[in-house]
Amino acid sequence: MRCRKCGTTAVINMRHHKLALCGEHYVEWVLAQTDRAIEKYKMFTRDERVLVAVSGGKDSLALWDVLLRLGYQADGLYIGLGINDPLPYSDASLEKTRKFLEFSIQYSVFRTGDDTQHATRITHPSTPLRSAQDASRFTPTLHVIDIAQTYGKTIPEIARAKMRGQGRPCAACGLTKRYVMNRLALDKGYAVLATGHNLDDEIAVLFQNTLRWQTGYLARQAPVLPASREGLVKKVKPFCRMYERETATYALVRGIDYIYDECPHAGGNLTNFYKTLLNQLETESPGAKLSFYLEFLRARGEGAFEQFNRVEELHACEVCGQPTSAPGRCAFCRMWDVSRVVE
Amino acid sequence: MQITFRDKQYETKPNITARDALKKIGLDPESVLVVVNGKLVTDDVVLREGDEVKLVAVVSGGRET
Ligand SMILES: [Zn+2]
Ligand SMILES: [Zn+2]
Repeated sequence: MRCRKCGTTAVINMRHHKLALCGEHYVEWVLAQTDRAIEKYKMFTRDERVLVAVSGGKDSLALWDVLLRLGYQADGLYIGLGINDPLPYSDASLEKTRKFLEFSIQYSVFRTGDDTQHATRITHPSTPLRSAQDASRFTPTLHVIDIAQTYGKTIPEIARAKMRGQGRPCAACGLTKRYVMNRLALDKGYAVLATGHNLDDEIAVLFQNTLRWQTGYLARQAPVLPASREGLVKKVKPFCRMYERETATYALVRGIDYIYDECPHAGGNLTNFYKTLLNQLETESPGAKLSFYLEFLRARGEGAFEQFNRVEELHACEVCGQPTSAPGRCAFCRMWDVSRVVE
Repeated sequence: MQITFRDKQYETKPNITARDALKKIGLDPESVLVVVNGKLVTDDVVLREGDEVKLVAVVSGGRET
């Protein structure tokens, strides 16, 4: 198959877009598509600071790469979960993330002024930054928060302590990550928190919520979750229209070394089962995944779920001040048994 | 002809497209990327005897929320 733009050998054929592209033109396409989504859904601007939640996986590293190449002020946040048994999943993820950052700083992004350290380095020739001419070039920062160092236990340890060995630690993990991401984004003054969710992630959740007619969840699923109240950061998903095979392809084409192994606790989970089902559907009917998502957004935009979008009353957690649905301590402070604010 | 996927080896006959090879070994073409001799290719590529074929799972990595 040939690239539609230049006629050389294609690396990807996107049946749902009837578009095959070579590596170079594919990267260009991903940058343009992402920028279009950022603008369309009013996610953030080049004047705003963006915090990207990075896991060392393909989606988050690809997202960080794309945002930096588009000239956004995107820093990273890595949360060390301490999942290192039986394999050093967390340690390896951090390692990949650090390597990615080194590579980025070396080849693509700089800033003058307070940080002249990188200013003399040479821009990667294949990395045209939209704001490359700007006086203030940007050097990305990686924030690393180690859960065990900060809160005293790893994720598997807290899950074991709180759930008495019942089920996977994913609930404890999700709660902790959401909390830590939100808090760091607010504390450091970021305008938005960006996550690497791709279209397959979004429709797996959408499918699950549709099967159960979880109208409240359906009402709240969107590319942008506004900072609806004080204490909650705005959350955005710039890859929400990008198929998972597209983000994987981008990572491969760009030579991003990402963590290939799944989190050892994710095996056999429902989300992956739904992804498999939806991919089978896509194979038989190219574009089915994209239209499932876009038509949902259209219906939602027309107010189909509006009546289910209840604004619940929130209280400030008596320990950390974060919004919580019940008075007293928030779910995070209860789980971690926090009685004073941890810095 | 050998195809490698997640440290496992699969055997198929050569001179068929990657897409047909995937279907033969029971994989959904939507869920893997095909790398032939170190290069990412589209799945209409015909696999030849002696090609080094590796598959990359599309779903991997940690989720962010
Ligand atoms: Zn091309
Ligand atoms: Zn709290």
